[in-house]
Amino acid sequence: MTETLGTIREEKHATGKGATGKGGKDGLLITGLLIAGFVIAGLYGLKYRQGGDVLQVSVAGEVVQTYLLEQDADVVIRGVNGGTNHLHIEGGQAWLTEASCPDKLCVHMGRISGEGQTIVCLPNQVVLEVLDAQSETKSGMK
Amino acid sequence: MQGKRARRISTYGMLIALAMILSYMESLVPAFWAVPGMKLGLTNIVVLFALYCIGTDSAVGINLLRVFLVSVLFGNGFGLYYSLAGALLSGLVMIGLKKTGWFRMITVSVAGGVAHNVGQILAAYVLLRTQALLGYLVILWFAGMLSGALIGVMSAIVCERLKRFVSFEGNDSRKGLE
Repeated sequence: MTETLGTIREEKHATGKGATGKGGKDGLLITGLLIAGFVIAGLYGLKYRQGGDVLQVSVAGEVVQTYLLEQDADVVIRGVNGGTNHLHIEGGQAWLTEASCPDKLCVHMGRISGEGQTIVCLPNQVVLEVLDAQSETKSGMK
Repeated sequence: MQGKRARRISTYGMLIALAMILSYMESLVPAFWAVPGMKLGLTNIVVLFALYCIGTDSAVGINLLRVFLVSVLFGNGFGLYYSLAGALLSGLVMIGLKKTGWFRMITVSVAGGVAHNVGQILAAYVLLRTQALLGYLVILWFAGMLSGALIGVMSAIVCERLKRFVSFEGNDSRKGLE
């Protein structure tokens, strides 16, 4: 213990003072990060302005099916590795009622109806995205 | 010399175990935050502590071992892929920023939090190829800043209190110790 105490004085690492003092360019970096965050948010806002009416279902990056939100539907989506997601469309809203994945995050994502809103199931690699019919063809090419 | 080695091994073991427990605790509350997938990143306290109080090598080692062990024990293949993407990117960013010496610990942590989430979104983009992920990036960008700030404050406190217990750790700055 004594030898440990002896070394504290020589502590050259940036804790202690370094943890709270030191630095100086912190404000710059934080401001930069904030601005970058708002720029990304702005891009997102520009991309998705209109209301959507089509639900596009992709598995592993491939568009497998599109549904009209105005038509009620109840289907099972087959994801990768035998995973399944139970899709329900009703009253212009789409959501997942059941999923085979362990954490069920996709089920907890709730209902989507506006353009640009998404539900993602990472384990099954299933992506649901609401699109606007006019821009549907454009998005389909990605 | 033997005692130093033994203490180093036990310190690493303890920190990895701590990181694993924190990861596990977080995995128990997946919907803890409003947005699915959002996490506090408690494990990053251990990584930051290692980075600042022990050294870069130990931070990298603890981070990687922790990711692998947690995936083997509690997760699955897909979890490893995303964890690794987040851990690697945030690790690189934090080490790089710390090396410049321009930033405080909390700022390094904030950048690390953002980098972690960006890494995971990038990993998801590789698989899913959809621009739909942009929406999540917006949310997770700010969430990463917030959780990074909280974790940074906690790490600074933890570091301040615990550094003397690991100060025997061999580092270039104290050769004449033994």
